[in-house]
Amino acid sequence: MIDRRDFLKLTAVGGGAVFLSALQGVATAAAKDAAKDYEEFFFVQMSDTHWGYAGPANPGAANTLKTAVMTVNALERKPDFIVFTGDLTHTTDDPEERRRRLLEFREIVEQLEVKNLRFMPGEHDASLDAGMAFKELFGETHYSFDHKGVHFVVLDNVSDPGASLGDSQLQWLKVDLAKRKKSVPIVVFTHRPLFDLAPEWDWATRDGARAIEILLPYPHVTVFYGHVHQENHHQTGHIAHHSAKSLIFPLPAPGSQPKRTPLPWDPAAPNKGLGFREVEAEVREAEYKIVEYQVAKSHP
Amino acid sequence: MNKHTAVNWMARAALLGTVFLGTVMAGRTASEPAGSPKVIKVTAQRFRYSPSEIKIKKGQSAVMEFTSMDFVHGFKIPALGIRADLPPGKITRVMLTPEKAGTYDFLCDNFCGSGHEEMSGRIVVTE
Repeated sequence: MIDRRDFLKLTAVGGGAVFLSALQGVATAAAKDAAKDYEEFFFVQMSDTHWGYAGPANPGAANTLKTAVMTVNALERKPDFIVFTGDLTHTTDDPEERRRRLLEFREIVEQLEVKNLRFMPGEHDASLDAGMAFKELFGETHYSFDHKGVHFVVLDNVSDPGASLGDSQLQWLKVDLAKRKKSVPIVVFTHRPLFDLAPEWDWATRDGARAIEILLPYPHVTVFYGHVHQENHHQTGHIAHHSAKSLIFPLPAPGSQPKRTPLPWDPAAPNKGLGFREVEAEVREAEYKIVEYQVAKSHP
Repeated sequence: MNKHTAVNWMARAALLGTVFLGTVMAGRTASEPAGSPKVIKVTAQRFRYSPSEIKIKKGQSAVMEFTSMDFVHGFKIPALGIRADLPPGKITRVMLTPEKAGTYDFLCDNFCGSGHEEMSGRIVVTE
């Protein structure tokens, strides 16, 4: 187990990591079942690096990702894997420039000492070419994998500029999950929120409710996503949704200002609002529900 | 402005042609004001709508006629659950009959490039 104080000390370097259980919201009895084939581990989520961005919201954009890579490399305990939840690059209309930015991004993250890296696109990477450049350089935009008893599912809600998962991918999700035991812990990675966090700022997935409907019968589901450049924690039924900070510029809290423009850069704290997170998948200890009885039924 | 008070709007969005006529015209109710709806022409172009502020009187039927210049932009009024795709090369009509005064934001909900996040506007419904 990671010592909690050590963990906080380590992640403080990154300026914004958080500690979460991947099994939040699990009912006790079910958690015991789920834990049988389950090992403790942790992974790192990095999001919205927007490589190629140049603007006042982050004058140091050319260095932010590189600094974050060094910070992750400095972690005393290495994560099992690192996942990038989209918007690896900042959008461009030029297909060649898009590929150049994706390649530069890849060169930078290849400096990570942990080599088990998982990627997915954001709308900045994939919406203008239906994910073509991303697929060429990083592979499929939706897929699943298993790690130490947890089933991970990567969903693509950005290759369609209208932010839909689409019938085909939803059917794939249904079939993929049907192969698993109901009790298996499931972690979903996606770029946009699957629920309507702020539709007025396009912080939603058009058919995200259908994905949630498919996930709901599984009792241990947690979603990690990006897109909104800030932490947000939300529950749909028993499913917990956690958004990550970005590594380029923070965005305002939903509804806190009229426009979704980036928060002003603070020269006194250039990394304010930026960060990555570690997620520890921990097996919960047995809990016991205790009901006290009298020797005999009492009579009024 | 209370966006949530706007649920009584009668609104339909559809493409020009049989879908528009069939859906919208069939959806009219006896309580809708008589007379021709006000036609408002709107151009959608990276990364703006022109005009971006549209004024309609409460109870007045209006048809927004969108012409997209360069992309299948989206048009969405989240508070009212109205949306439409705006493909270039054709006119897309969205019909509204606001029954509550207030301001209703709309946005492009099809990612269209580096200024997508700024592509928005509002409808002001006056008494």
